[in-house]
Amino acid sequence: MLESLSVIKDALPYLLKGSFATGVIVVGAMLIGLALGLLMACGMVYGRKWVRLVVGFYIWFFQGVPVLVLLFLFYFGLFNFLGLNFTAITAVTIVLGMTTAAYQANIFRGAMLSIPQGQFKAANALGMSNVQAITNIILPQVLRISIPAWSNEFSIILKDSALAFVIGAPEIMARTQFVASRTYQHLPLYITAGLIYFVLTWSGVKGLRALENKVRIPGYSHQGN
Amino acid sequence: MSRSEPILKVENITKSFGSAEILKGVGLELPKGAIKILIGPSGGGKSTLLQCLNCLVTPDSGTIWFNGGVVNIQKSKELYAFRQQVGMIFQDFNLFDHLTALDNIIIALCKVKKMSKQQARERAMTELDQVGLGDKGHLYPAELSGGQKQRVAIARALAMDPKVLLLDEPTSALDPELVGEVVAVIRSLAHKGMTMIMATHQISLIRNLADEILFMKDGLIAERGTPDELLGKGCGTLSQGFCDKLNEIAGEES
Repeated sequence: MLESLSVIKDALPYLLKGSFATGVIVVGAMLIGLALGLLMACGMVYGRKWVRLVVGFYIWFFQGVPVLVLLFLFYFGLFNFLGLNFTAITAVTIVLGMTTAAYQANIFRGAMLSIPQGQFKAANALGMSNVQAITNIILPQVLRISIPAWSNEFSIILKDSALAFVIGAPEIMARTQFVASRTYQHLPLYITAGLIYFVLTWSGVKGLRALENKVRIPGYSHQGN
Repeated sequence: MSRSEPILKVENITKSFGSAEILKGVGLELPKGAIKILIGPSGGGKSTLLQCLNCLVTPDSGTIWFNGGVVNIQKSKELYAFRQQVGMIFQDFNLFDHLTALDNIIIALCKVKKMSKQQARERAMTELDQVGLGDKGHLYPAELSGGQKQRVAIARALAMDPKVLLLDEPTSALDPELVGEVVAVIRSLAHKGMTMIMATHQISLIRNLADEILFMKDGLIAERGTPDELLGKGCGTLSQGFCDKLNEIAGEES
């Protein structure tokens, strides 16, 4: 018992450093997903037929293939083939970013479809171009509506980032495994790792909830706060 | 400019949705200061016609003249510039839900007219005052009543200095007791000489404001004339029959 505690105490700073790598991966992936997802959602809702086809294929592919397979496919396959010398962290960030983009695209698409079409018409009628109508009128509302679903996606990606250890990115899971294989204190160490993930997820989701409340449109609330 | 010179003129507008032919070649002229009122049974094409006038719905064929020149609706820039000068009021207001009443007006002034924030704010306040909502600028659409929303929508359109105003059933989505405030605003616009074309079922607007009534049915203008010509006692027109029916309903309610 005491031995376990001292192992945890010794390993904790090392594991917490791993949460920094995890943080970089998750924030990077979510931002890639945000940018790419918004772009694809616009393409799906407002784009021409060929745009819809291309985006549809992208989503179909990334939704259909397991993240682990994608990781191997890109890291050992495509990136190597293209001569791109990415670090493990960069590679994971890109792959997770492209994966979450497919899911985020659908989140944003759903939100776009829920905005009354009349507002787009009203923006057009005032002389706004389609791009102006989308950026000034549609997207600000879409982003607000999407926060709850986006926070789901955040917690999924945060936990999926643990897969990065298989290609050797020095994040929480990889570091835990490293220490565990040396000390044989598997149970206490993986409980610690689980708790770190739990705290990260919880604070991220909590933060997004706070953001959701902060940007809520007055008079629109179902919660009264 | 002589009163007879049309600001907005369309010829032979057609529009089909799938196999349904909604407009079958409609033409009309809107001289400066004129007020034309579209009436007729629903499904007759009134809304579609209004939305074709500023190309929110792209007509299948037809020509649009504005201020004497043909509008090339294939060119986005020209189309956007044209729409800036044609205000539109919708049945369901279509305010931007994420913006306050004031910002609803400011946003187009800043983004389309490229006004400074300060100038835009002053202009927006003036317009809100005009429709009697000077003290409601900070409220969001969800915090306004239907009548107030429609008045904000009117203020938003007027802030762009439109040469023509298209009104698509501006009072139809309102509770009966809120209709009055919007009618009053529209009336005052009429007195100021605003050029308007309006689809409406509001009998008081039809009778008192219209220079000309256009009765639309099955995608065509079936009758046109002054209120006296079409609604005079015993003239037996389609328009009269239609207005009698509206009166009947209004009578039953009151």
